[in-house]
Amino acid sequence: MIQVQNLVKKFGDFTAVKDISFTVEKGEIFAFLGPNGAGKTTTIKMLTTLLHPTSGKIQLDGLDPSVAKNEARQRFGIVFQDPSLDSEQTAHENMELHAVLYKVPRKVRAERIQQLLALFELWERRDDLVKTFSGGMKRRLEIARGFLHTPKILFLDEPTLGLDPQTRNQLWTHVKHLNETQQTTVFLTTHYMDEADRVAHRIAIIDHGGIVAQGTSLELKQQTNSESLEQAFLALTGSTIRDEAATSADQMRQVAKMWSNRR
Amino acid sequence: MSAIYILWLRELKRYIRSKAQIVASLGQPLLYLLVLGFGMGPVFQKAGHGSYLQFMAPGVVSMTILFSSVFSGIAMLWDRQFGFLKETLVAPVPRIQIMIGRTFGGATVAVLQGLLILAVCLIAGFRPTNWALLPVAFLFMGLIAVVFAALGTAFGSILQDMQGFQLIMNFMVLPIFFLSGALFPLTDLPKPLAIITRLDPLTYGVDALRGVLIDASHFGLVLDISLLCSIALAFLSLGAYLFSRIQL
Repeated sequence: MIQVQNLVKKFGDFTAVKDISFTVEKGEIFAFLGPNGAGKTTTIKMLTTLLHPTSGKIQLDGLDPSVAKNEARQRFGIVFQDPSLDSEQTAHENMELHAVLYKVPRKVRAERIQQLLALFELWERRDDLVKTFSGGMKRRLEIARGFLHTPKILFLDEPTLGLDPQTRNQLWTHVKHLNETQQTTVFLTTHYMDEADRVAHRIAIIDHGGIVAQGTSLELKQQTNSESLEQAFLALTGSTIRDEAATSADQMRQVAKMWSNRR
Repeated sequence: MSAIYILWLRELKRYIRSKAQIVASLGQPLLYLLVLGFGMGPVFQKAGHGSYLQFMAPGVVSMTILFSSVFSGIAMLWDRQFGFLKETLVAPVPRIQIMIGRTFGGATVAVLQGLLILAVCLIAGFRPTNWALLPVAFLFMGLIAVVFAALGTAFGSILQDMQGFQLIMNFMVLPIFFLSGALFPLTDLPKPLAIITRLDPLTYGVDALRGVLIDASHFGLVLDISLLCSIALAFLSLGAYLFSRIQL
């Protein structure tokens, strides 16, 4: 379902993704793990048409996302690591807008929106502006929105960051359900090793832009003589703490904070 | 089509919901209208050009539309910042539709702002020579709004942060306003200024509005309308091209 061959992304002199290759089969849950700044999000951005690869080949369901952009976009859904809601609209309007953009048929639209908002306990607050929501609620809305249309491939970029255990549990149950009933292929990144261990069929570990190991959780543990996936992860990537350079987006976030009364 | 509509609607909703912003954005045009309109009035009258309020009302309306529409495009910076832009860019909708929805949403908001200022002008004592031509004036206001909303989208697509915003403000938007003849008549200008004003797209917008509202067009409506339409097409294409190339 997802095929990546010799994928490279350079930003100037800096190589964010170094010649990675992997394949995700249809109906598989694939976890992409790595420390901060390892290249996870950059890879997802290339897979989801937001960035052009410097070189290498990507195929989503047989389509090249840098050529057949709209066809490729039709096939996947994504929950971003950063917020991507419209804070000046209500929860319901955000869902509605997403449904229209993703061409969810009008007949099922209202019902699905209600189901998902109820599932993630936002139905009561549906007519409130998103800017009045807490961080956790925004996250839940974001996830509910990601499930609104039923894509063949679901990208989840650190979806559980900042979520309480209840919502986390709800999320993974739903992901597994989709995977089992609809054969949805799932590509996820997370920092919580227990989650990856629990839901992922296969795992790839990326560090400094390159894939250092691939396999099932069991294989990775055996390969490193570790008892847990967390230990295996540390054995493969070392225990130094990584810094991410501040991007212009982060700098603007600072400005935005100063202006935050506007929003 | 529904994607264009929903993004257009979004711009409108945001406008109607931000009451403070509506009031704030009317401040500057009001200052020009009231202070310059009444302050410069006597001098203008003595120079034999008639009422300055009559003369500059179309200019101030154009200015309101210019500012509002360019800002709506640059507001894309906020969407970039708050992530909503990503949501629309990964959606299975051709980017041209997203760009059109946003741009025309911004243009519609700009026309609404322009109408508000036009109403204020009427209250302040401005009188069009022919009331029946008012709908034609709305048409030109729409055309001006599309031209500059498209330009705003083009800027918004390239800008990465707020520093660029200041640059655009001081070196593009303000010159476009001051060199458009919104504040002064285009007759008997020094040669260099005459040339520069003719290169400014807003000049033809102001001129067309003046033609319709106070029957004082410098270039003639036919030239104005054909130039404005061509510029709108050019800017829309530029905006669409730059928007389609956004990477995040």
